[in-house]
Amino acid sequence: MENLGRLGFSEEQADLLEVATNFCRDKSPMEKVRKLIESETGYDPEIWKEIIALGWLGIAIPEEYGGVGLSLGEATPVMEQIGRFMLASPFLSTTLAAQAVLAGGTQEQKQSLLPKIVEGAIATLALTEDSGDWDLSQISARAEKDGDDIVLSGKKLFVCDAASAQWILVSVRLDNQPALVLVERTQLSEGALRREVIIDETKRSYALTLDGIRLDASALFDPHKARAALSHIHLAANLLAAAEMIGATQAVIDYTIDYLTTRKQFGKLIGSYQALKHPTVNAFVGYEQARSHLYSAAHCFNEQGTGEIATRMAKAEADKALSYAADRSIQFHGAFGFTYDCDAQLYRRRAMWHAAQFGDAAYHRKKLAELLL
Amino acid sequence: MTVVDVKQLKEFSQGADAWFRDNVPADPGFMLPLTFMEVGTDQQFNFLRDWQHKVWEAGYLGAAWPKQYGGGGLDPAFQKAATEAMRRRHAPIMLNAIGLNWTGPLLLDMGGEEQKQKYIQRILSAEDIWCQGFSEPENGSDLGNAQLRAVRDGDEYVLNGSKIWTTHGSYAKHMILLARTNFDAPNKYAGLSFFLAPMDAAGIETTPIRKLTGEFGFTQTFFTDARIPAESLMGEEGQGWLIAMRTLEYERGARGGQAGGYVITPLDAFSILELAKKAQRDGAPVMDDPVMRDRLVEFLIEAQGLKLCQERGRIVPLTTDRPMALSLSGKLMWTEFARRLNEFAMTLLGAKGGYYVGDESAVDDGLWTRGYLNAFSATIGGGTSEIQRNIIGEHVLGLPKK
Repeated sequence: MENLGRLGFSEEQADLLEVATNFCRDKSPMEKVRKLIESETGYDPEIWKEIIALGWLGIAIPEEYGGVGLSLGEATPVMEQIGRFMLASPFLSTTLAAQAVLAGGTQEQKQSLLPKIVEGAIATLALTEDSGDWDLSQISARAEKDGDDIVLSGKKLFVCDAASAQWILVSVRLDNQPALVLVERTQLSEGALRREVIIDETKRSYALTLDGIRLDASALFDPHKARAALSHIHLAANLLAAAEMIGATQAVIDYTIDYLTTRKQFGKLIGSYQALKHPTVNAFVGYEQARSHLYSAAHCFNEQGTGEIATRMAKAEADKALSYAADRSIQFHGAFGFTYDCDAQLYRRRAMWHAAQFGDAAYHRKKLAELLL
Repeated sequence: MTVVDVKQLKEFSQGADAWFRDNVPADPGFMLPLTFMEVGTDQQFNFLRDWQHKVWEAGYLGAAWPKQYGGGGLDPAFQKAATEAMRRRHAPIMLNAIGLNWTGPLLLDMGGEEQKQKYIQRILSAEDIWCQGFSEPENGSDLGNAQLRAVRDGDEYVLNGSKIWTTHGSYAKHMILLARTNFDAPNKYAGLSFFLAPMDAAGIETTPIRKLTGEFGFTQTFFTDARIPAESLMGEEGQGWLIAMRTLEYERGARGGQAGGYVITPLDAFSILELAKKAQRDGAPVMDDPVMRDRLVEFLIEAQGLKLCQERGRIVPLTTDRPMALSLSGKLMWTEFARRLNEFAMTLLGAKGGYYVGDESAVDDGLWTRGYLNAFSATIGGGTSEIQRNIIGEHVLGLPKK
């Protein structure tokens, strides 16, 4: 039978887990999360500076490009704790964009972009289109050569943190093949970005109109690597999304337990009732299993075959675990759970967002069926 | 921690693999129990007793238990390697579950020298089979309310009452017994005491109980003025609940120290794939049906998740938030998974899901239908899933008791 993955945890992962837990707890209390929801960019630039100083953006970037030289496996505990405390920042967007550069960029692009990313230049990806298809190779946005230039047309959706980004990596169809091109945000015309109304209000996402963008040929990524890069981005995005979701699952279970151990009805703490206690345990057991999958995916991510299996399992289980835990959290908070003030909605919306991005549980199980059956 | 000699371990592991390859018995011509709770005939019992004795003699059971009590005196890594070899070579189960997994570690951790000398080696060799007297007809999940009466009379205790669901009750030489020595204690727990009781005492009788599968496997045990020696008491009077709780930790796998091997045939989720590959619906293979494919993948993900949780339990930085969580959740996760997996298997059998053990057309000799019914032994025995959820809720998540 196929190798479905196994667990391992490096000293670096353990150190980063501890540092990230303390940092995120300290920097992202819930009042701060709520406050940033109201802001335009969605994050605090002072905290972003601190993240840069911690070196987190370079974790999965090789030393030759100024990074730490570890892997996404080491970025996983950081992402998990960011998710647990809902710390808002362009970390996810930028880390994924760096992965795209590593997987699909030319040597010159790696040399020019990656050191700047390590130093805090924000970058993001423009992949999803109007079809809503999770298969990133289904692209209708176009790039056409015009002399030495490349001219883009079409539209991209769900471009996270685009308004804050210095670079946007866009998937397009060029000569009827998938390709990636680098767009500087300063190249965008007025109105090319439209802020989208999205389910997860702690995040920022934009629709991007590509029509009329004219690029230098040097903006084109290595055309031979485009397909592999898109596959890599898909898996990397799911690994990090799973991490962010698992962190959120722990948080929402803790949040529910707080209520169950303080709220009284009929003279008793409501957590003493088995109708609430047992589903909470079920949510917790689901979280434990999903977290085991997550760290298996983190450990095996770079192994051919096994990495994909473990990552899809992790995302599928993270979706299931967070959706259930947050759904029950709303219910168990009673009428308060139905209000905007109750944090349960933040976690439920987070689950809905990540289910919609890069594939939900059912989608990943379908892909796993192709791999395993 | 002792330093394990890697070369020695590798040789041991290879030796174990070769031994099980050469010694795992061929099909005995009758159905072998998949779990220690399914031993229903003398034929099965004798076969498994001989097998356990042979494995112990070869040095692949109790390898990490102390030498002076019949163990191998080796690092636990050696027993782990031996158990893996058993699994790889599809060896039959170890019979003396209650001795090997619960009583043995309990005595090694808390017992006196005399008790260790008297009992441990005979547990490993399967000379003495052990049973457990915890549940009573009126006190199942509410174990702390056990009412079997033990009254001190000179050098003896006089026992009156009844225990139930006694696995191996009719075969056992000894019973770990929870009994009430004090009816005036400040609370129900404080009146309990723990005994290592001889089953051959006059006044102890067992009656077989027929299981939902139609087979036999445990008994009700009646105590009528049964006299057991006073030295059968473990610890002191009033410590019964404490020792029983410790025993349940071994039983549920929340605490280590077991002799090794397995007493329940390891569940292989992939075996269900073999079943699915043979199944047909509407003239097409079941494996083409997207709904069934999705369910199969769900089971494979869950099986993998359970395996990973065991691995994660050994990685300290990944268990710091709630250190007891994984060990206390194991029983609930595994037993409920096994029940649902067996249930799903019946769907794959199609019309043949209607056959049962004994029919010549039954798929895999009726393994799956019987397996589903038997799966309840684990979701109920050793503390029901509902009790497990209470334990996790209260002891891991800190939710209030009733």
